Amino acid sequence: MASLREIKGRINSTKKTKQITKAMQMVSASKLNRAEENAKSFVPYSEKIQEVVASIAQGGGDASHPMLEEREVKRKGYVVITSDRGLAGAYNSSILRKAYQDIRNNHTSADEYKIIAIGRIGRDFFRKRNMAVDKEITGVSDQPDFEDIKELASETVQLYTDEEIDELHIYYSHYVSAITQEVQRTKALPLNDISAEQATKSSSASYEYEPNQEEILEVLLPQYAESLIYGALIDSKASEHAARMTAMKSATDNADDLIDDLSLTYNRARQAAITQEITEIVGGASALE
Amino acid sequence: MSTLKVSVVTPDGPVLEEDFNMVSAKAESGELGILPGHIPMVAPLTISAVRLKGDGDSQRVAVSGGFLEVRPDKVTILAQSAERPSDIDVERARKAKERAERRLKDKQADIDFQRAEMALKRAINRLDVYNNNF
Repeated sequence: MASLREIKGRINSTKKTKQITKAMQMVSASKLNRAEENAKSFVPYSEKIQEVVASIAQGGGDASHPMLEEREVKRKGYVVITSDRGLAGAYNSSILRKAYQDIRNNHTSADEYKIIAIGRIGRDFFRKRNMAVDKEITGVSDQPDFEDIKELASETVQLYTDEEIDELHIYYSHYVSAITQEVQRTKALPLNDISAEQATKSSSASYEYEPNQEEILEVLLPQYAESLIYGALIDSKASEHAARMTAMKSATDNADDLIDDLSLTYNRARQAAITQEITEIVGGASALE
Repeated sequence: MSTLKVSVVTPDGPVLEEDFNMVSAKAESGELGILPGHIPMVAPLTISAVRLKGDGDSQRVAVSGGFLEVRPDKVTILAQSAERPSDIDVERARKAKERAERRLKDKQADIDFQRAEMALKRAINRLDVYNNNF
């Protein structure tokens, strides 16, 4: 059996770890609240832009734009959104596993895909596997502004416009609730399947276009595609904080269990030591009689 | 007098939601003045100031592109960024302006040039709105 001092040391170090995980859990909980707020304030913008895009795409038969049309897919773009830091349970690994599997299954050579990584963990993951990361952004704040990723988003959309990529997929973690997050894969471009229900929801579907539909689509569609990327980012930020909170909560619980077990062992060892001492004293005394 | 419900929405949340008598904005194709009862319309905006006239007072909002959706009783401006004069970070805009001007002088690759030009426009627009220069 380990010595008393050893057990004592382990109890203390576990207690210290518990303090840290507990603090991280609380920090994540408050960040999660903020992230939820952010996600909520993005909703009006995304709904509105979707509504307008849908009504133009549905209403105007003659409106065409490269972003609305499917073309032969020679190269796909993958936006993979992960966090910068670990300690968030399966948050990063489940996104990366899905993205990695899809890329592996669908492509045979590196010329067929481009990876755009948001977050350090994702970038390092692909680098380590010798997969080129075309664009990356790390150190995105916990409460990202649109400004923070605007450049990356517009460059990514530009890749599509320049026909560098013919399809764009986003991999991220969708925030369902504080305990559930789902890995989500969305096709951001081309926008050929804008749902018809969105269009019918808008009451007056017929707009005047100033100057004309083409020019409006020219402005609107890139903005819409960029907003999809931003939307995915804030969604996954909320998931990240939720995942970290859950992971840290279970770490704290585990530490509690461990401390209980160790305390029990410690008390047993202490008791054994005392018993042994008494036996020795009694033995010594009876030897003298 | 009838009014228009004006909302300015950005990805970071709504900036403004109030009733006004008239909206005047600079679209890609020219100045637009919108009064209540306008037919439904969509128009892309330039980097400019949108002026909102209410009873006796008027407000300005600096928008960086985006577009304008008009319904008879409602105007929605969707922009990637939009600020009221009180929300403008003047120091940041001034620095952005200097940076963009420096880049434009250096004349590097085309894409950088274009981006710097846009950045310069945005910075000047913010400063103008802040200083009430028109």
